[in-house]
Amino acid sequence: MPASESVSAPSIPPELLATLQLPPNRLHRGMLLVFSLATLAGLIAYAHQLRAGLAATAMNNYFSWGIYIINFVFFIGISMAGSLISAVLRLTGAPWRHPITRLAEMVTVVALLIAGAMIIADMGRPDRFYFLFLYGRWQSPILWDVLSLTTYLTGSIIFLYASCVPDLALLRDQGRVFAPWRHRLYRVLALGWHGTAAQRERLRRATGTIAIVIIPVAVSIHTVTAWLFGMTLRPGWHSTIIGPDFVAGALYSGVAAVITLMWIVRHTFRLGQHLQADHFRRLGWLLVVLCATYAYFIVNENMAPGYTGDGSEEKLLFSLFHGAYAAKFWTMIGIGLVLPGALLLLPLTRNINGIAAASVFVNIGMWLKRYIIVVPTQSSPLLPVDLTPLTLSPPTSPALTVPSALASVVHGPGQTIAYVPTITEWAITAAAFGAFALIYYAFARFVPIVAVSEGEEPALAHHAASEGGGK
Amino acid sequence: MKRSDESPGPAGEDDRTSGDSGAACKCKSTVDHGRRDFLLKGIFSAGAAALALPFARGAESGKPTAGPVQPTRKVPVLTSDGKLIELDVAGTDVPDHPHLPPNDPAVRIGVPGRRWVMVIDLAKCDGCKGCTVACNKMHNTPPDREWLKVYEMEDDHERKYFFPKPCFQCDNPPCTKVCPVDATFKRQDGVVLIDNERCIGCRFCMAACPYSTRFFNWGPPPKNPVAEAHAYSPETGLPRKMGTVEKCDFCPDLAAQGILPPCVSTCAMGAIYYGDENEDAVTNSKGETERLHQLLEDRAGYRYMEELGTKPRVHYLPPRNRSYPGPKSGDHKNASV
Repeated sequence: MPASESVSAPSIPPELLATLQLPPNRLHRGMLLVFSLATLAGLIAYAHQLRAGLAATAMNNYFSWGIYIINFVFFIGISMAGSLISAVLRLTGAPWRHPITRLAEMVTVVALLIAGAMIIADMGRPDRFYFLFLYGRWQSPILWDVLSLTTYLTGSIIFLYASCVPDLALLRDQGRVFAPWRHRLYRVLALGWHGTAAQRERLRRATGTIAIVIIPVAVSIHTVTAWLFGMTLRPGWHSTIIGPDFVAGALYSGVAAVITLMWIVRHTFRLGQHLQADHFRRLGWLLVVLCATYAYFIVNENMAPGYTGDGSEEKLLFSLFHGAYAAKFWTMIGIGLVLPGALLLLPLTRNINGIAAASVFVNIGMWLKRYIIVVPTQSSPLLPVDLTPLTLSPPTSPALTVPSALASVVHGPGQTIAYVPTITEWAITAAAFGAFALIYYAFARFVPIVAVSEGEEPALAHHAASEGGGK
Repeated sequence: MKRSDESPGPAGEDDRTSGDSGAACKCKSTVDHGRRDFLLKGIFSAGAAALALPFARGAESGKPTAGPVQPTRKVPVLTSDGKLIELDVAGTDVPDHPHLPPNDPAVRIGVPGRRWVMVIDLAKCDGCKGCTVACNKMHNTPPDREWLKVYEMEDDHERKYFFPKPCFQCDNPPCTKVCPVDATFKRQDGVVLIDNERCIGCRFCMAACPYSTRFFNWGPPPKNPVAEAHAYSPETGLPRKMGTVEKCDFCPDLAAQGILPPCVSTCAMGAIYYGDENEDAVTNSKGETERLHQLLEDRAGYRYMEELGTKPRVHYLPPRNRSYPGPKSGDHKNASV
């Protein structure tokens, strides 16, 4: 890895230059086609939803939040780890971090953009989005989320961009290898970087400051997202542990997302010599620790209400462990915690593919966990939301009894209290993942996804010589 | 309410509509006849069979002066002796009276000096759902929602009872706290309203409300010429708008003019009282006016799930010494099917 001590342009390794230059091969074209189709389907679905209203979704007065909120929490969770990992590794000076920091920061930025889009998809009146800024009230956790999300997004973009500047200067100095427009863009974005000592010192201080500031902001974003649920009087949501619980879950899913992206980038761009088994193993150990941490939180969040057996909480827990949501709950435990834990711990599978597979399972499991957070609580409100039209005959059988302060409410028969997302919702969900991949791909084709230059941190330059990770 | 203080009973109802707000009420005559007729029928059926109603004083004062009545929608009502009769739904057309527009600052303040309050006597509610029907008609509610629901409550040991549930207009409302744009707000007269020209449709208030009182307009609201003829006011919620939240509004526009909400005025059993906490008086459909604090004290009034800290403005009187047979396990169902 060039330490870029000199003002003259160091060379970009050919395999990294190739990620920016070569036309997409068949694999790339196939991926782009799939992701573009998914995004297109979602855009069509959203156009339909704008016309028909949220009636195009399966949401109703019971399940007033659905898959968009699940996706929102999922992407917020993923976003949390990227910049956080990068910042922590930077601050602790872990020498092996080098090839994964940019990749991780990019996960944060793109995931936050998608999370914001999910909120707009969920709004009944997206045309009034600007009301949040016009009439915003700080009593509402939504405003906390708006503040936290925009702060984290801004901070993460600065963090990412600052560390890109030396590489952008390198690209600018490559001569006529790029199209003229691209060349001009690199020139503008490089901000006149020449790697002088003064510039390097300034950059070092800037990234160092952001690396510190970004950590509490990263913790805040998922805590505040948890408070969207925690500040309501609903069983399963109204709990003091929900903030830390979300943070632990976000770290877990976020690290898994970074590993997943590492594997995809490694194979898509043939960067095996940069993203080595050692990186996967180190992050794999981190994932094991987070797996155990999250399991601990899951035990905690269910143990206290389960033991006391408080009426509505007990009903919710029963539906999770044994009732309507048991299949999803135990699948989440199985593929979100047990299976990845085994894959990560067993020596046989403690390799690049095994760790990547574990990460994919964690991501699926954590998406399910978001589902389990959002949906089941809404199926058991303290009082039923009667969806049936006014019937003149009273209920014939107590299909559902809901505990209350004094007695139970006998619910009408024939009511299925279930949330099954519609095609519109699935299409928009597919678009969320498709757009994530497209934006990520576009970025990886524009700036080396593995940082070339470490010019901003001369203090660590000597590490680069000894680490060999980047070579 | 003060009106009914002066002249309780159905006669008072007549006075009130034609006197106080008659000038503003274009559809007065139909309302009057319908409501009078309705009340008289209710009194006949309830009063004749059960003169021994504990709170029936004043109910006999009205004399039948029924005008011509168009056959309208019927609602089944269970009388106190367990008979099922059909009554017209009446007196529930949207009255043409002043509403404050959404941009008027007064709409967020309410009627000065008032603290609207409701008391529901569970010993009297026989579960006829007349209040729900009247409310639906008043607010042109689409068929998928009921602003005022009547639950049938049961537990393992006690007799069942009916539980009408409007919005509780909490004094510590979880819904208004979480609204990011101040679209739902608490007024000084105690009422919690929604401005659907402000609501962004995030549905956080629905998640926050522990009493399941809020509804969302998921799609375009059904065409409704009556509702669409009105200029929008948060005090009526009409016309509806897609992508916004709605709920029981405590009929603050009616209250401001001394008119009882339709759920109160159409209750054949006189189970729902409405009034002003500052005045310490609540009135039901039979014109019975009670001292609020006395009523709550004598009858051990309580508020639903008070332990949540929401401080509801709707009080309940426990279903002790019922004035009707009550929903026995099988009998009532058979009677009304």
